[in-house]
Amino acid sequence: MSINLDQALQTFIVEAHELLQVMEQSLLQLENEPADQDAIGAIFRAAHTIKGSAGLFGLNPVVSFTHIVEDVLDRLRDGSVAVDTALIAVLLKSGDHMLELINVVASRGETLQPAALEREAALREALSTYQAPHSTPDTGVQNTETGAGDTSAEVLWHISLRFGVDVFRNGMDPLSFLRYLETLGQITQVTTLTDTIPVLDSWDPESCYLGFEIDLRSTASHATLNEVFDFVRDDCEVRIEAVDETSHKAVSIGSELVAQAEQGPLTASAQRLPATSEPKNRDGNYVRVNADKLDELINLVGELVIASAGASLLARSCQNDPLQEATSTVSGLVEEILDGALHLRMIPIGDTFNRFRRVVRDISQELGKDIELTISGAETELDKTVVEKIGDPLMHLLRNAMDHGIESADARRAAGKAGKGHLSLNAYHDSGSIVIEIADDGNGLNRERILEKAQERGLVASGAVLSDQEIYNLIFEPGFSTAEAVTNLSGRGVGMDVVKRNITLLRGTVDLDSRPGQGTVVRIRLPLTLAIINGFLVGIDKSTYVIPLDMVQECIELDEHQRQSSCDKGYLDLRGEVLPLVDLRNHFSHEGSAGRRQNVVVVRYAEHKAGLVVDDLLGEFQTVIKPLGKLFGALRGISGSTILGSGAVALILDIPALLNQIVQLEARTTQAPYSPTVVAR
Amino acid sequence: MPITIETLDDSTCVSIDGELTIYTVAELAGALLPQMGAAPRLMLDLSPVTEMDGAGLQLLAVIQREAENAGTALSVTGQSLAVTQALELCRKAAS
Repeated sequence: MSINLDQALQTFIVEAHELLQVMEQSLLQLENEPADQDAIGAIFRAAHTIKGSAGLFGLNPVVSFTHIVEDVLDRLRDGSVAVDTALIAVLLKSGDHMLELINVVASRGETLQPAALEREAALREALSTYQAPHSTPDTGVQNTETGAGDTSAEVLWHISLRFGVDVFRNGMDPLSFLRYLETLGQITQVTTLTDTIPVLDSWDPESCYLGFEIDLRSTASHATLNEVFDFVRDDCEVRIEAVDETSHKAVSIGSELVAQAEQGPLTASAQRLPATSEPKNRDGNYVRVNADKLDELINLVGELVIASAGASLLARSCQNDPLQEATSTVSGLVEEILDGALHLRMIPIGDTFNRFRRVVRDISQELGKDIELTISGAETELDKTVVEKIGDPLMHLLRNAMDHGIESADARRAAGKAGKGHLSLNAYHDSGSIVIEIADDGNGLNRERILEKAQERGLVASGAVLSDQEIYNLIFEPGFSTAEAVTNLSGRGVGMDVVKRNITLLRGTVDLDSRPGQGTVVRIRLPLTLAIINGFLVGIDKSTYVIPLDMVQECIELDEHQRQSSCDKGYLDLRGEVLPLVDLRNHFSHEGSAGRRQNVVVVRYAEHKAGLVVDDLLGEFQTVIKPLGKLFGALRGISGSTILGSGAVALILDIPALLNQIVQLEARTTQAPYSPTVVAR
Repeated sequence: MPITIETLDDSTCVSIDGELTIYTVAELAGALLPQMGAAPRLMLDLSPVTEMDGAGLQLLAVIQREAENAGTALSVTGQSLAVTQALELCRKAAS
C-alpha cells in the first residue's frame, strides 16, 4: 500500500513513542497502587490508540500484537484479571516489544528479526494466560479486530465522511481510509460525493472537497470505527451510525439511532470519547517542529548576532548619533531574539529522569535489592541536544550505583541502615550551568582499594599524595576501567571513562564525592546551551580572548606594587582570601612585555576560584561558539573560537580546564590533603 | 513530462504518465483543464498511471464534470491497475 502518508506516519511514530512512554509510567504507577483505575484507563487508551492508528497505516504486526495486549488490558479494566507483579512485568515487556515493533516495522519498514519474533511468541504465550478463555491468540487482523473489548454481532454501519479542504495537504489520502475500512469488514456500498467541488475558477486541485457515504458490514464496534478517523478528526466531519436493517428507511435519520441505548457498542463509545479528546486538547498548545529547522534558525540567529555586533562597531566609529541609537535598538532586539531562539531548544529534563524509574525497577528486581528512586528538579530545563546525550551516561551511573553502591538488604541492616536503598536524581541551575546529581546511600567508595588499584596500574606514582577527591575521581580514568573482581568495588570503574568522555564532549564536567558507609554523590555539571554564550572580552597584546561571562565573578585592577609581589608568589590577597593567579600572557606565550597596567579577572567554576591576569578588559560580548578544527583538538585551555564584530578571531578560554590545571598544581605543591566540602546525602 | 497531449482531427488524446496524486494534480489540472471544450472529443489514457490517490480521484471527477459542461465527449481509453483499484474502492465506474 503505497500512499502518501509519510508525514502522517512520522506523526504516528512520534505519538506512539509518547503513548508507550505514558503506558510505561502508568504501569509503574499501577505497580505501586494496584487499584488505580486512572492508570489502568491510561494504559488501555495508549494501547488502543496505537492499535487503531497502526491499523490505519496497515502495520499488521503492530496491530496483531497490540490487540492481545489490549485484550488483556480490557479484562484488567473490567476486573476479570487482577493486577499482580507478574502481569505488570509481562505488560512492561510487551510495551518494550511494541516499541521495537514500531521502530522496526513503522520506521524502517522491515520485518522483525527471528530473535524478536521468538520474544514475541513468548510474550503472546504469557499474555494468553490472562486472556479470556474462549479467545485464542491469532495473528490475523480480521480476527483480532473482532475482539476489541466489546465483541458484538455483525452490524451494518453507515459512515458519512466529509473531508476538510486541507486533508491532502496534511498528507492524508481519503482513499486510505476506505482501504482500512475494507479490512474491518465488508463495504457493501460507497457513494463518492463530488458535488461540493467548487466551480473551476475557485477550484484548487490540492484542496480536498470529497465526501463518502459508506455502508460497512462489520463486527467492529463504534469506538473502533471512530478511532479510524482519529488522524483526521480535526479536519473532517465524520458520522458513524448503526443501521437498523429491519427498517431500512432509518438510514437518513440515523443520527437519532445513536441515542438508542440498546446498542451495546454505542454506550461503550460514549465512555471512550472524552478520553480520546483529552490528548487532542493538549496537542493544541504545541507545534511540532523539525529539530533541524530549529538548529538552522539558531545558527542564523548566531550569525545575526555577529553581524549586528559588526554594525554597532561601525556605527560607533562614524560619530553619527541617530545611527548609533538605531543600531543599539537593533542589538537589543537581536539579543531578545537570541534568548527566545535558545529557549525554543530548552526542554525539561524530567522526561529523561522519568525513564529511569523503569530502569531502577528492573535492575533492583534483577539484583534482588529494594531500591527507591527519588526524582527532584525534573522541571529544570536544558538544551535539547544535551538532554538527548546525557541519557546514556546517566543510565550508566545509575546502574553502577545500584549494582555496586547500594548493598543488599541484609548488608544494609547489618550496617544499621534501613533495608530499602535510596537513590536520588536531582537537577538544578547553578552559575550558568546545570548540575545533575546522582546520589545513593550505599556504602561509598573504598578509597584504599582505588588507590591500590591505581598504583598497580601505574596511574599514580607510588609516592604521590592525593586528596580524597582526586582518588575518587581516579575511577573515571581510562586505565581504571578494567578493574577485576575486587569485592564491593568490582566493575565500579567499568565504562566510567566513557561516561566521563561523553560528558566532556558536552563541555561538562563530572566529579564524585563519597563517604564510607554513607553513600556516593556523582555530580555532573553541564553548560545550558551548546551554541551561544555570553562572553567577557579581555585583551592580551593584540589578541582577544573570551571568558564565559557566567564564570566571571569580578574584575580588579592590578597595580605595579601588587604585580611584583603576586608575580613571585603566584597568588593574590583578595580581601583576605588566597586567590591563585594565572598570567595568561605567560600561559599562552605572548611575546613582548606587559603594559603598565594589568587587570585580574576573577573566575569561578564549581568550587574553584582563580584570577586571570590580562592586559585589557574589553567588556561583554555575545559569543557564537565556532568549534576549533581537528588540528587544534589537542589544545588545552581553549574550548573554541568566535568571530568578533571587527572580523577578528577570538579564542574562547576553557575555564574549567584552566582551573583544573591550577588545582592540580596546587595540590601537588602544597601536598595538603583536599577534604571534600560536600557530604553525601 | 507526466502528460502528453496530441490532437488528431476533432479529438484530443491525453495520456497521463506516472503518478496521479496530490504531488502531480496541480500540474495535471493546469495542463488538462484548458483542453475542455477545445475539441469535441477528449480521449483520456490512464494506462501509464502508476499511482492514484484521493486527489487524483477528485481531478478525474472535475474533468468529468467540466467535460460535460463544455460539451466535450469524454472517454477513457485505458486504465492501469492502480486506477482500477482506486476507482473500485469508491465504487465509481470509469466514465
